[in-house]
Amino acid sequence: MASSTDSNVKGENSQVSYKKYINTKTDRVLQSKKHANDIFDVIEYLQSEKDKEVIFATNACSKVFCQLFYRGDLYVGDLPEEEDLVNGDRSAEEKYRIFMRHRYSNCVELLLENIGHKAFQVKETSLCALMKFVAAEGKHPLQNLDEHYNFPRELLQTLVEHLLSEKEDMSLLISRFQEFLEMDDVRYYVMSSVRDNIYRVMGRNKKAVIPVYQNNVFTLLSTINVPSEASKMRHFLVRQDYKLEQWKVAKLKEHKRAFEQMWLVFLKFKLPSNMYKKILVILHESIMPQMSDPTLLIDFLSAAYDIGGAISLLSLNGLFILIHKHNLDYPDFYKKLYSLLDPSIFHVKYRARFFHLVNIFLSSTHLPAYLVAAFVKRFARLSLTAPPTSLLILLPFICNLIRRHPSCRVLIHRPSTAEEPCDDPYVMEEEDPAQCHALESSLWEIKTLQKHYHPDVAKAAMKINEPLTEQEDDISELLELSTFELMERELKAERKTIPLEFDTATELLKSSREVLGVHFSLE
Amino acid sequence: MMRKQQTFSRGLSDKVRKSKAAPEIQKNPFEVKINRKKFDVLGRKSKHDVGLPGVSRSRAIQKRKDTLLKEFRLKDKNNTFIDRRFGEYDSKLTPEEKILQRFTLERQRTQDRKDMYNLNEEEELTHYGQSLAEMEKMTDVIDSDSDSEEKGLLSAELTATHFGGGGGLLRKKSAGDDEEEEHKPRSRQELIEELIIKSKQEKRERQTQKEEAQELTEKLDQEWKSIQNLLAHKTPKAERTDETDKPKLDQYDMMVRELGFEMKAQPSEKLKSAEELAREERQRLQTLEADRLKRMMGDAEEDAVQTNTHISADDMNDGFILDGDDRKTLAYKDGKWNIEGEEEEKEDEDGDEEGGEEEEEEDDEDDAEGEEDDEEGEDDDEDDADEDHCDLQSDEGSEDEDGQGAEEEQVCAEEPPAVSEEQKKAAQEAAKAELPYTFPAPESYSDLKQLLQGHGSEQQRLILDRTLKCNHPSLSAGNKAKLQKLFGFLLEYVGDLATQNPPDLRTVSALIPQICGLCQMFPEAACKAVQTLLSDSGHSMEETLEVKGRAPMPDLDMLVLLKITALLFPSSDFRHPVTTPAFLFLSQALTRCAVVSLEDVCKGLVLCCLALEYVSLSQRIFPELLNFLLGLLHLTVSDKHNMGYTVVSPFRRQGKSCDLLVLKDPNVSHSWNRKPISLQTAHRLPAQSPVERDHYRLSLIDSCLDLVKRCTWLYKDLPSYAHIFQPIRALLLKHLPVEGYPAPIQDLHREILDAIPEKPSQHAPLVFKKKKPIPLKLFTPKIVQILDYGKKRGNTKEEKERERLKHKYKREFKGALREIRKDTRFLAREKLSDVMSRCVKRKVKELYGSLATQEGEWKALKRKNRK
Repeated sequence: MASSTDSNVKGENSQVSYKKYINTKTDRVLQSKKHANDIFDVIEYLQSEKDKEVIFATNACSKVFCQLFYRGDLYVGDLPEEEDLVNGDRSAEEKYRIFMRHRYSNCVELLLENIGHKAFQVKETSLCALMKFVAAEGKHPLQNLDEHYNFPRELLQTLVEHLLSEKEDMSLLISRFQEFLEMDDVRYYVMSSVRDNIYRVMGRNKKAVIPVYQNNVFTLLSTINVPSEASKMRHFLVRQDYKLEQWKVAKLKEHKRAFEQMWLVFLKFKLPSNMYKKILVILHESIMPQMSDPTLLIDFLSAAYDIGGAISLLSLNGLFILIHKHNLDYPDFYKKLYSLLDPSIFHVKYRARFFHLVNIFLSSTHLPAYLVAAFVKRFARLSLTAPPTSLLILLPFICNLIRRHPSCRVLIHRPSTAEEPCDDPYVMEEEDPAQCHALESSLWEIKTLQKHYHPDVAKAAMKINEPLTEQEDDISELLELSTFELMERELKAERKTIPLEFDTATELLKSSREVLGVHFSLE
Repeated sequence: MMRKQQTFSRGLSDKVRKSKAAPEIQKNPFEVKINRKKFDVLGRKSKHDVGLPGVSRSRAIQKRKDTLLKEFRLKDKNNTFIDRRFGEYDSKLTPEEKILQRFTLERQRTQDRKDMYNLNEEEELTHYGQSLAEMEKMTDVIDSDSDSEEKGLLSAELTATHFGGGGGLLRKKSAGDDEEEEHKPRSRQELIEELIIKSKQEKRERQTQKEEAQELTEKLDQEWKSIQNLLAHKTPKAERTDETDKPKLDQYDMMVRELGFEMKAQPSEKLKSAEELAREERQRLQTLEADRLKRMMGDAEEDAVQTNTHISADDMNDGFILDGDDRKTLAYKDGKWNIEGEEEEKEDEDGDEEGGEEEEEEDDEDDAEGEEDDEEGEDDDEDDADEDHCDLQSDEGSEDEDGQGAEEEQVCAEEPPAVSEEQKKAAQEAAKAELPYTFPAPESYSDLKQLLQGHGSEQQRLILDRTLKCNHPSLSAGNKAKLQKLFGFLLEYVGDLATQNPPDLRTVSALIPQICGLCQMFPEAACKAVQTLLSDSGHSMEETLEVKGRAPMPDLDMLVLLKITALLFPSSDFRHPVTTPAFLFLSQALTRCAVVSLEDVCKGLVLCCLALEYVSLSQRIFPELLNFLLGLLHLTVSDKHNMGYTVVSPFRRQGKSCDLLVLKDPNVSHSWNRKPISLQTAHRLPAQSPVERDHYRLSLIDSCLDLVKRCTWLYKDLPSYAHIFQPIRALLLKHLPVEGYPAPIQDLHREILDAIPEKPSQHAPLVFKKKKPIPLKLFTPKIVQILDYGKKRGNTKEEKERERLKHKYKREFKGALREIRKDTRFLAREKLSDVMSRCVKRKVKELYGSLATQEGEWKALKRKNRK
């Protein structure tokens, strides 16, 4: 075909000029087949260095090609090589269509490249244009397929591939992409293409951790939600008229399966540690209920549970659901839980969730007394290092445990051997709750906490001095308590009198019990 | 009809009301019902102790018969309504006319009645030519005795004229006496005129007499006054002159009363000797200390609520308590509460030594006094001897360590003001030339800043002092508010001083007495000001924590504020509106603030010092403090593997800034010597050479270890002492690179390790507190003071009023119901009786009929038989 008209025209490209130029070109392309070559100029703009020009050109391209799709001016079927076109004996009409089809694929390639562009706006418009093409291709398929269900899978797959970049954080674009995921067919095909993509990428990287890529995958995966009922699946990008019931995409079961496979593939590979936390936080709420068989997660969960620290705490939630709802048998669950308890549990971010779960785990009255006693004693020992917010949870919790298990009452009341001092028989280092002799011990730690500086903590600790009341304390309100809330509570309380220090100070570092002045000087 | 009925019923009820039960019924013992009382209550009147149920019932029945029954009988028997108003049925009159006529009629009716005995209204009534209205004002003073005199006097003429008795006699007499020359019977008219003139004359005479007598009494009064002045020496001269000027009748009464109520001379309070003053001061401090301890135990709040303690009936109300708490009065030694008997001996010795020193001090003071006034010196010495004796006695008494403790404190408390006053004097002299003596109270923070800026720290203190004095609340009403605001400004100013570069902590320290003084004056305002600062700071820290997950260490101004808080408010209280939030702030800072530089370490150490100071008296456990100290010591360890302890937030086991306190050059320890760290380095560490930095590190480590040592002292009595310090012990024993440290630190290290036992101490297993046996019932009655008997207590006025109305309504409602029920019952009974009577009449008729026929038949039979 003839070469493009000279590009000097756009030389002095003021804002108006390039808009006008592109507009006229697109109009000409659409008006008559004679000016088909003008499409080159428009496509050229897609590679421009100016963001605004690219955006404008993208919009123009999507307009042109959508129109062409509508007219049926794109060649349908396997595309012959462009070089062959000159020799081949085809009609002018056919030639034109093949030519346009080639331009279309050029354009798609450029748009896909633009998804990796620097400017977000460019990315966004490219993404939107591509999704428009997806919709248009769905309506006017470019391949002659035998089946009646046509969806441009290849295009979507390449799009997903570009979305899940290995070098760049695409979370913003992915959140934009989320709106397309509302469509059931798009979601289904995205899920399957993500699965293939993970396989391919991770296999290529020999199963090493790729934080950026995995982060992108996670962002995409966490935005996918399978509808809860099959009746809600009525929203498609490409309408299918023929035998809707038999179409895979319209079946909830298929969706769930795709969802499950996608996650399992993702979790199969090694993950960075912060990714574990992210996944575990949303696991029980947004992943497990949407899977057809959640027990398949057991490998992932037990691996996470063995990692230790906060990750172990978080994996408790998922494990609990599996044990509770799916009859999973997890040997030594309590033993492992026991060994999880160390001073850091009071300082992690997920403290509230942890205590909530431990409260549930230990709520059964069928647990053996030695086990509960071991937990109680260990909690008591750890409470010596806990901040007041944790202590306000911990002390009622311990009291609740003793209430639930009356045989543990010996921990706070052992009248037979009273008055004879003895060593603490409890072995803190022992990892097996059966071996730690907790039942033979007493909660001297709580006794110590009766001297705690915070009045509420001291009062809570005082409760063990007398027989506990029947009623359990409700700790659910205390779980999210922060130090500042405690402080505000103190500040807002009404007091009648305000006692003052009676020996008046004369200097900053001089008082009856000076410690600061011993170590520090004003100069 | 309505009208008629109304009048009718009114008449009836009036009649009923008037009819009284015959008195003989009331005396009849069978009629009287006495409501038995369970017990008598003095001073309570009860209306219903005796009742006459029969009488009242019959009265009620009678009343019903008279009213209700009548009404019932008249029911459905029509009456006509007769409107007897004027012209009601006259159709010729228009309504206006009707109304007018009625009105005039009504006016006439009232007018007629009124005017019957009414004299001319317009005429003014006079007496002796004076208006009666005028006289009623009683402007003229008339002696009370003169009135009485007059009352008794009834002249013959007066009686004659007034009562008209003996008219003929009078005429005869007068004819004989006065008008002999004429011998002419005068007309009645003349006679009367003469009489009038005569009586007038007589009256005038009497009046003059009265006036004379009055004058005389007045004169007498004046004379009495002059004498009285001599008698009552107290009346000031000015008053006396006033009295002579305008004599008043009640002046005398006033005087009498004054004399009667005059205060007897009362002995004034004896001037207290120094000894007594000291004793009082000591007592005051003791009570304050006891109070503080109570608050520390956390039972002061309950006490405040239930102030009315049980007083025995045998209480003489002289403050004597048989087994009071005076046995174990409270005292501290080194911040420890000593009540155990074991340590007594040891401390006795200490106490003696201290006592000796004290005596010397006192002697010194006495010497100084002696020089000033020689005459009293001997007396003083005697006093001293007495005092010493007293002290000895109390020392010998096994329980009295406390007196000394308190005295020590007193000495401590007294010494600094003397010093500061000297300083002040010096400063005053220096600044005399420049500083004005009065200052307006600053209205805003910028005012205060202007006032104080540019002066030296001592001058600033002086300015503040003068400002406080000039604006003392007793001087003007608005001063209180001004000074309350000033406290907030001062805290802000102090904060500014602490954050400026370099921080001016000298001035802060100089301003402390003024801040303390203000706080003592306005505890509420001070409390509020400190609370707001704490809350603001806590809030901003919380916000940064939420956004970033970690917060920077609080700045120097917060540290200074926390320190000032400890100076102003007792940190030992179980719960305190200021110190408890301050505790929480410390806790927050010690757990959540990142330690990334040596400055942070220094700030953290300051926080630790403060935390320790806060709990040093109450010996409360502060887990965050120990965690933080462990974390600080962890920073000194270079090899972070194989630890036997866990560090918690804000420290990490490994990572960046985890070796802040590791010495770079092991040889610096030789050149290090112990000296206090400057607080200013917490703000910004000046650029130093590596050696100096290492010295700084060593100082920090030294302080840190010292704090650990203090903690071990503080907590050594806790049941879990060993467990609390187990991580620190593990660190000190195995990981601390103590070999590289100078000798003093090594000593400290050894001391701490000695203080922490390897094996936890033994403890008795826990048991519940034994329940106190329920005490036997006491014979002495528990007296509860009730001021308003029979009233419901504990409500506001409106609530009470509402309650009362509700109650009244309920009672009335019930009464009305009862009455209605009784009415219906009565009516039913009446109806029944009507029916019954009707039935009986018929039956009797029938019977009579049948009997008559029977009789007739029988008679007829008889007649037949006879025949």
